[in-house]
Amino acid sequence: MPRLWKPGDAYVWISGLALMVTLVMIGGLLFLIATKGLGSMWPVDIGHYTLKDGSTYLGQLQSRELVRGTSGVKSDSDFRVKLKIGNRDLYGLDFRWIDETDIASIDYPPEAVILERREWGNYHGYLKEIRKNGTVIPGTAPGAFGVLEDLIHDANKIYDEILKIEKGEIGDINYGIEKQRLKLRGLSMRSESNPAKESEIRLKIEEYEARYKISEAELGKLYTELTRNEVVMLSAAGDEKVMPLGKIVLAFRPNDMGFAQKAGFYVERFWGFISDDPREANTEGGIFPAIFGTVLMVLLMSIVVMPFGVIAALYLREYAKQGLMVRIVRICVNNLAGVPSIVFGVFGVGFFLYGIGGIIDSVFFKEALPNPTFGTGGILWASLTLALLTVPVVIVATEEGLASVPRNIREGSLALGATKFETTWKVVIPSALPAMLTGLILAIARATGEVAPLMITGVVKLAPDLPIDGHFPFLHLERKFMHLGFHIYDLGFQSPNAEAAKPMVFMTAFLLILIVIILNITAIIIRNRLRKKYATSAV
Amino acid sequence: MISGEAMQKQEFKAPPANGISPAPETRRSEKAKTVPDPLVEVENLSLFYGTKQALRNISMNIPRKKATAFIGPSGCGKSTLLRCFNRLNDLVDSCRIEGNISINRKSIFDPDVDITDLRKSVGMVFQKSNPFPKSIYENVAYGARISGINKKSVLDDLVEKNLKRAALWDEVRDRLNDSAMGLSGGQQQRLCIARAIAVEPDVLLMDEPCSALDPIATAKIEDLITELKEKFTIVIVTHNMQQASRVSDYTAFMYIGDIVEFDATEKIFLNPAKKHTEDYVSGKFG
Repeated sequence: MPRLWKPGDAYVWISGLALMVTLVMIGGLLFLIATKGLGSMWPVDIGHYTLKDGSTYLGQLQSRELVRGTSGVKSDSDFRVKLKIGNRDLYGLDFRWIDETDIASIDYPPEAVILERREWGNYHGYLKEIRKNGTVIPGTAPGAFGVLEDLIHDANKIYDEILKIEKGEIGDINYGIEKQRLKLRGLSMRSESNPAKESEIRLKIEEYEARYKISEAELGKLYTELTRNEVVMLSAAGDEKVMPLGKIVLAFRPNDMGFAQKAGFYVERFWGFISDDPREANTEGGIFPAIFGTVLMVLLMSIVVMPFGVIAALYLREYAKQGLMVRIVRICVNNLAGVPSIVFGVFGVGFFLYGIGGIIDSVFFKEALPNPTFGTGGILWASLTLALLTVPVVIVATEEGLASVPRNIREGSLALGATKFETTWKVVIPSALPAMLTGLILAIARATGEVAPLMITGVVKLAPDLPIDGHFPFLHLERKFMHLGFHIYDLGFQSPNAEAAKPMVFMTAFLLILIVIILNITAIIIRNRLRKKYATSAV
Repeated sequence: MISGEAMQKQEFKAPPANGISPAPETRRSEKAKTVPDPLVEVENLSLFYGTKQALRNISMNIPRKKATAFIGPSGCGKSTLLRCFNRLNDLVDSCRIEGNISINRKSIFDPDVDITDLRKSVGMVFQKSNPFPKSIYENVAYGARISGINKKSVLDDLVEKNLKRAALWDEVRDRLNDSAMGLSGGQQQRLCIARAIAVEPDVLLMDEPCSALDPIATAKIEDLITELKEKFTIVIVTHNMQQASRVSDYTAFMYIGDIVEFDATEKIFLNPAKKHTEDYVSGKFG
């Protein structure tokens, strides 16, 4: 009889099982996040629901669940559906649960329109009429929807122009005025009386103010243009609603779209999500500033953590006399990796913000006081805090890499008359480079997902400016920034409209994971290249 | 440290009854047999790993531009003695040396000796080939680069010349920028030889350079040694008696940290003065 169960098989099975459980867990998590997040952007058909009590809603089916299924009998009466009904300004809430027993009829009229607005969420309704330059186009006229789309497109262009002026020209003016104001303040603080200089500064401020007046007038014109055209909509119940086109981002009729059209729409929306600024307390619009902040912060952290970690590991492994002291240091470093991240955050606040930031402010930014410049949260301090958090990982990985460089390679270099430094620099470090990058990969993975220490060292719900812009010195390390991890927390638990934010939470989580994966894959590719180049195994 | 431990074990294992512990007068007689034109002079050299003595009061002269072989059973101190010549034993913390070694009549232990200069004039090839994880070109150019030579034309000439001297040029001329790790074991070892002779040392130390190679690669390296001794003084440690007899002009037989007999290779293999040597070279023991 063949032996089915060889000795040792049990261990193979147990380890295989453990691996499988892990993989299923990871895969399941990714699948859940990806489907919930990516699925939420699909333009679902909009149904005209008529309830038995006579009320009507235009809504998109979100989910369906069992409510009274305790007996195990599955019938229609046991289900209820969640509809996204939009029109928050009319109903107060975007979502509504409806028992299926209460539904009298559902139909999907192709002329049902969804408007994405800058305020109040989506509007679901029917097009009644368009007021274009005083002329009225009835919604039933052929091509009326096309006209609406064109007008919205034009309005969006105007809106972009307004944004450009507000962020560009007026931003520049404010920046300039603030600078001159600080200069003036600095003069008075040093109690130098330099009337010539003072009047020069005042002149400059006046110049800026004159420029502001021009921009303001331009803006006023654009704003009136934005509100000139209007659209009149009818809700499912027949209530009329007049909206200026400037308040509308997008109009679409999901019931009238084919699959290809929907797919194109989906791609467009997805791109908008990753490239736009957020709207409506972050629950709508894109998350570009958060992506930008996350990536920039991780890059800054990497720039800081790599040299520190590598140099520390080099000293510990190559130069320090191996003894009790080094062993203690090593244990401390390892333990540092286990300290809760919020502790690092508190340290960052105390040491970086109040300590170093306070000193920087009192030395270099005296004019701005009592408003802190570096003495408050900012991307620099957040990056440094994370660098502290991840430096043990880099040290441990680098040390392992250094230890694995064969002794005979070092001796080969020394025997050629190289000094210890030359040997370390030219032979040992290149050989250990892949291990150092492994350390960096682990550090990035940890830092990208970290939220707690960031919340107190510089992350905000909504940052007015990106940390990089066109004003000298271009990279503004003192600015607060947005972060995907915090964005998830903010959307999921701090949002006034939790239902509406739910898909955003999944999308944001999906993107965060995507960014971690992209950063890691980049590092892994670099590492593999180096590994090929500096393979240390002989023969 | 590894070699130190191996040494200690050997000392415990060595049965005193079986082995011959040479009397002091024997040593004096060894020293008396001077070779013509010595380059390396070893005087009363003793070496300790911690409290264990690995080399016992060794004196010998190594002739210029000849190949000298060290033979003897494992752990007898051949490699340790070899590593004294370029002071590689300095890396071992617990190592202590008494006595003196002079190269070109200059003591290598003098405080004014720059250890990197010493190692540039005493090249070494190791038992296990240890090319750097760099390109073939950079491996050969390494010594020149650390001496501050970075001019491309100079380096190009240097690399070509030494790869030719190491009989490797024809095999690698088309892939100088490939990783040295892609070479075969024998090629790697010849690359290490090219790397060592590229710094133009006076002495070339070879620590069992063929022990990890197949017979064909071994033959190539042996041919190379025969050629190289025209220009360099070669000291080679080997376990292979035939190899010692083929490539060397002088042979030293070592046993437990002592030189039992040191003479012209022919004499050691055909007509050794000591019974112990004869037993070893004829394979009766060891």
